[in-house]
Amino acid sequence: MSEGKKTYWKGIEQLKNDPTFIKNSQNEFPEFLPIQGSSDNSRRDFLKMMGFGLAAVSAAACEAPVKYAIPYVDKPVDVDASLPNYYASTFSMGSDCCSVLVKTREGRPIKLDGNKYSKVSLGSTSSQVESSVLTLYDKQRLKYPILNNKESNWRAVDNFVKDELTKKGSKKIYVVSHSINSPSTLDVIDRFSKKFDIIHVEYDTSSYSGMLDANEDSFGIRKIPYYDFSKAKTVVSFGYDFLGSSFNHTLFNKQFTSQRVVSRDKREMSRLYTFESNLSLTGANSDHRIPIKTSHSKIYIAELWNILNSKIGTSRDYINYNKSRKDFINLEILNKAADDLIKNIGSSIVISGSNDKNVQSIVIMINELLRNYGNTIDLNKCYNTRKGDDSKMVEFISDLEKKSVHGVIFLNSNPVYDHYLSSKIRDALDDVPLKISTSDRIDETSVLCNVIAPDSHFLESWNDYEPMDNHYSFSQPTIRRIFDTRQSQDTFLKWIDSKENYFSLLKNNWRKKQKLLKSNEPFQIFWDSLLHDGVAEIVDKNLKNRNPLPNSYKNRISEVNNILTLIDRESNLENFELNLYHNMTVSDGIQSNNPWLQEMPDPISKVCWDNYISINPKDASKLNVKTDVGTMTTNLLSLQHNNESYEIPVIVQPGQAEGTIGLALGYGRKLVGPVGDGVGFDANQLLDSESSFQNFTVGNIKLENTLKDYRIAQTQTHDTIMGRESVIQETSLDEYKKDAYAGKYQFKVATSEGYKKPEEVTLWNGHEYKNHHWVMSIDLNACTGCGSCVIACQVENNIPVVGKEEVLNRREMSWLRIDRYYSSDGDVDDLQALEIAAENPDVTFQPMMCQHCNNAPCETVCPVAATTHSSEGLNQMTYNRCIGTRYCANNCPYKVRRFNWFKYHDNEQFDKNIAMNNDLGKMVLNPDVTVRSRGVMEKCSFCVQKIQQGKLLAKTEKRRLKDGDVKTACQTACSTDAIIFGDVNDNNSRVRKHLQVEKIDKATLKLKEERAYAVLDEIRVSPNVWYLRKIRNKKIA
Amino acid sequence: MHVESKLRKPLITGGKTLKDVSEDICKRVEEKPSLSWYAAMILSNITLVVGAYAVYRTLWDGIGMWGLNKTVMWAWDITNFVWWVGIGHAGTLISAILLLFRQRWRMAINRSAEAMTIFAVICAAMFPLLHMGRLWIGLIWVLPLPNTYGSLWVNFASPLLWDVFAITTYFSVSLVFWYIGLIPDFATIRDRAKKAGRKISAFIYGGLSFGWDGAAKTWSRYETVSLVLAGLATPLVLSVHTIVSMDFATSVIPGWHTTIFPPYFVAGAIFSGFAMVLTLLIITRKVYNLEDYITIKHLELMNIVIIVTGSIVGIAYLTELFMAWYSGVEYEQYAFYNRVTGPYWWAYWSMMTCNVISPQLFWFKKIRTNIVATFIISIIVNIGMWFERFVIIVTSLHRDFLPSSWAMFYPTIYDLGMYIFTFGLFFTAFLAFSKYFPVINMAEVKSILKHTGEKIKK
Repeated sequence: MSEGKKTYWKGIEQLKNDPTFIKNSQNEFPEFLPIQGSSDNSRRDFLKMMGFGLAAVSAAACEAPVKYAIPYVDKPVDVDASLPNYYASTFSMGSDCCSVLVKTREGRPIKLDGNKYSKVSLGSTSSQVESSVLTLYDKQRLKYPILNNKESNWRAVDNFVKDELTKKGSKKIYVVSHSINSPSTLDVIDRFSKKFDIIHVEYDTSSYSGMLDANEDSFGIRKIPYYDFSKAKTVVSFGYDFLGSSFNHTLFNKQFTSQRVVSRDKREMSRLYTFESNLSLTGANSDHRIPIKTSHSKIYIAELWNILNSKIGTSRDYINYNKSRKDFINLEILNKAADDLIKNIGSSIVISGSNDKNVQSIVIMINELLRNYGNTIDLNKCYNTRKGDDSKMVEFISDLEKKSVHGVIFLNSNPVYDHYLSSKIRDALDDVPLKISTSDRIDETSVLCNVIAPDSHFLESWNDYEPMDNHYSFSQPTIRRIFDTRQSQDTFLKWIDSKENYFSLLKNNWRKKQKLLKSNEPFQIFWDSLLHDGVAEIVDKNLKNRNPLPNSYKNRISEVNNILTLIDRESNLENFELNLYHNMTVSDGIQSNNPWLQEMPDPISKVCWDNYISINPKDASKLNVKTDVGTMTTNLLSLQHNNESYEIPVIVQPGQAEGTIGLALGYGRKLVGPVGDGVGFDANQLLDSESSFQNFTVGNIKLENTLKDYRIAQTQTHDTIMGRESVIQETSLDEYKKDAYAGKYQFKVATSEGYKKPEEVTLWNGHEYKNHHWVMSIDLNACTGCGSCVIACQVENNIPVVGKEEVLNRREMSWLRIDRYYSSDGDVDDLQALEIAAENPDVTFQPMMCQHCNNAPCETVCPVAATTHSSEGLNQMTYNRCIGTRYCANNCPYKVRRFNWFKYHDNEQFDKNIAMNNDLGKMVLNPDVTVRSRGVMEKCSFCVQKIQQGKLLAKTEKRRLKDGDVKTACQTACSTDAIIFGDVNDNNSRVRKHLQVEKIDKATLKLKEERAYAVLDEIRVSPNVWYLRKIRNKKIA
Repeated sequence: MHVESKLRKPLITGGKTLKDVSEDICKRVEEKPSLSWYAAMILSNITLVVGAYAVYRTLWDGIGMWGLNKTVMWAWDITNFVWWVGIGHAGTLISAILLLFRQRWRMAINRSAEAMTIFAVICAAMFPLLHMGRLWIGLIWVLPLPNTYGSLWVNFASPLLWDVFAITTYFSVSLVFWYIGLIPDFATIRDRAKKAGRKISAFIYGGLSFGWDGAAKTWSRYETVSLVLAGLATPLVLSVHTIVSMDFATSVIPGWHTTIFPPYFVAGAIFSGFAMVLTLLIITRKVYNLEDYITIKHLELMNIVIIVTGSIVGIAYLTELFMAWYSGVEYEQYAFYNRVTGPYWWAYWSMMTCNVISPQLFWFKKIRTNIVATFIISIIVNIGMWFERFVIIVTSLHRDFLPSSWAMFYPTIYDLGMYIFTFGLFFTAFLAFSKYFPVINMAEVKSILKHTGEKIKK
């Protein structure tokens, strides 16, 4: 170092040449920086602690909801988280049963689908079946047995009942139930009655006594024969709603529509005549609907016999009724119907909804004359689901009144509410010492009982059923009993001190029957296969043919002649005739506490959460009924009957026969639960309690308008289609035969190069769906409007129930709705006249859901891209991303988007939405579908969770997805196969074949199926849902 | 220095001197508010609080508090939004376009018109914000911000997003423009406050005036910036309502799906905006004795703008009807048939009467120079323009393609409450403005005083 240079030190250590310093100076960081110093709290630690502390304090300040999820300690063998298990079982409520597949997730049943193996239901389900899974999780069910109005236990109940049963003495003990078709249950009742000498009485909420008795008289079988509408070319129904309120209507729908679907190769279809007063689903689907007074249907039937007899009869037996009564009937149309019947001898069905044995006897004679037995009507397989005998019930009540009854056991029945003699039963029950109910809740009957021994839900029970002769269906529990309930069969076995429980009894019964099924397997394997399939059929070759031989009929004319002289004697022309019915939603009211059913719109009137008087428009104007469709305001009518008057809201119903009114039963329940209590009016009290049989037609009703306003909730208030041919296309069969394109709305756009089809002038680039392309086809000819798809969709997709008030605000949440349109007599250019429905309109049903447009108008307008297009043609909704501007819904031409106006879950204000507002109800929710939060938009997703499930399953099985792997909930529920869903990119898919896809050009389908059309084709949103034009088969000449 | 024209009447009457101008305008800022001001302020505050309850319920319970339904998913919310945005337009038009066209009469009114614009846009913005189902996330997600969702972008194709850009741009440009204009006047108030020894006032206005020194260079910059901003704001006058109209025009709904909307909406916006300016100025000039600054001449000129835009709007209405008939499209035809004769016929005919017929009265000079008549018609026009938006939105939606979904819309008290809330907001803001800010641009008005006029010479 030179002298002149200054030396700078970095520190005193350097100057001193401290050895440690020299050592450390070679390191990047000298030691004294406390990076990993020996001290306990380093700088970094301090920052870490500080950071953590800050985060922890702020995190602790937020109130985090504490949720417990308890994992399985041992995984159950057959439960895989997130994978559903299906079990075959049987729905059973009231007199009905239906074979189902129960979908369970993590041990909870969450959805019922139809069991395809069943020959009784053919895999279809009704809205009642679809919704019954929620009844399992109804908080209102009893959680323990009840003894003398107090919570009790089974031991105490058993002791009390056994003790009481022995005190019987000379008095009688009755078991009152709905029709029971379960052989093993009947076996149990049999054993029970052997021990205690019990009388078993069955009744049906909608009685078929007259039909059953007529069959017994004519054929010696007190059963309802198997009607096969799929073989019937002409069907004439006199007030029998076989597509709607009938038992097993899903099968009838399926059979009937198999005759209605037409194609290029099959240009024939059946013709349905309906003579009825209320516009029923059958009437709505008929080709000729003749509004008549139900009391006149006797004359029609008698006259039909006379006409047929004169033309094809061999005898001279005519029904001689008062000829002046002929004025009541429309002979012209009856003659047309008769001609059709004669043309189709052996392939027709005449059916009547009358519960009068005499009327049913004539109907049997007509069918015999038409040689329908053995063809369309088969006595060799009869239904067992309707066996109720009104006369036995009358006997029971007279015994009650005579005080000769010691005990009554109401086996899952509620006659104090739903029997036509309910008031008499209620009054007479006071004097019965032992009253037992097996009801699952405190209802109108069980509240009067000393003992309630709550039965388990059918999804918690073992059972077998024989809905049709030799056709069996099985029930197995799919969940452990939720409450302390006991299957009533077990209860009965306990009371007779049987060693056996019901499960072993059931198994033993089937051990005996195994031979009949020609099975040589070990019993356990046989039994497992029964439970696996859920159904079994015994083929009995030795069965004697029960069908009558052609041209043989039992002459019963002398017996029926006398009733016809009574026709209309009571009928005062100024007064109304009331026709009560069970609707498609709450039906007879067993499931009144089920909000899904309460909010399901009636297929015809679109009313929910109420029953109402339906009245002809002319009668309504005579009564000065003022309605406002905007606010859904109507008047309350005062209905006067038997010196009592009731105030009931009114709906002006096109198609209602003049002078008649309709009113649904099943409402006005007092004790069913918070959802159903007090909804509507209890019309059971209007039934004639002096009659010897249940008669849904009540004469001499006086109506007055109270002029009080009442708001009635409807999901659709505009009835007519306004001549919009691009929405509903229809034509007649004759036109269709001539030209398969008849009735097609061929819209052309005017351009500078002449007229062009909408798809030729599109601004859109189109899509390429390389993998799947999901498409749905809906046949308007097959859709009967029953609405089970609506409920299926609700169950599958966790759609909230919003309650009457919100439906009045037009905010129901259904993703799938069925639009119902009436025809109008107005001129096409007279827009005001087009708003008014015809007096007896043609009805069209159109299921409407998200159309999954290829050029979706909703997708372009969302500011945050919450609704987007998938690579498989789906229009998808990302709830998490949605900020709720509702622009998409405004821009949807089909108005299928639904907005969460409020928080519908965990909100006291929506307590009717029981599936989302209590812990038990929530068990029904589908874990694959998000419960939407307030402020987001939702809509049909084509059951994307099911598509995903199908794809994953195919992937695990290392194969390509095949057609049928993915079925939407609506498709599965549709009993008529009107909805077909699938991948059109798959050459073998049903939907592709059904629509006869010729070419797919950038997601635009070119179809060969002449009936196919897209709704609102001209706006070129290019929907992925195709509709098949409706064809009506009206007789022209 | 101005040369007195024999032909042109002076824009400011009453022989005001430069001092008079400062005195007249600053007096309002400096003196104690009048009793009537207090009364008006209290009333506005009550309205604001009552309306705020509706806002609270909407936020707490959900959009279901309003009368919307599955068919009509927009009604009063977007009606009010478009109405308020439309009102805002007059301010920008007066300050920007009239500045470029060198219409000096604008100088007396542009300050309050611009203030009105800003408050109206704030009120307007309330609706797209509060009408969102999930405001708390929507507020952020409508902005194209980088994010951690695998970079999830907004949908640039959505007209609602264009709205976001249009409104925010419009608002920020208007605000800056207005504020720049205020700086010299704030400086005047500051100087006067200093002289009078009001320290707090001097401090606040000193801050607000950004240290304005009144130097020639400063003035030159001020003029340049004003001109540049005017140039920027001019296209906005046209663009904002054009874009708002595209919310409807780009949709598929009959009655919305129409190419005439952009010019029709812009004309309508100016129409309603001028009406609102008139309503406010007629009150302000009366209360603040500004008749010499805002003269009958001003009112008349604005009334002429109303005749012109009102007639454009009227032609647009008729064109819509013609196009519906001429298009041959069933749905389009029905939409207009339904507008005219359907359940909302009263709304349509209110709109026609208020917007098309009432402004035609201004062809009479007597009416357009009559203050009372002008005031009444200005209010009628605003009612009519509200109905125009209601008619477009609700009558198009309530009966669109599928008759099964046809429904009526009935407002609830919460719909009304939301509207009242924005009125409370608007008037509270406007009253605060008229008390604390100079309501007339003193600096500019001084430039058009007739120093050499006959009266001055005297």
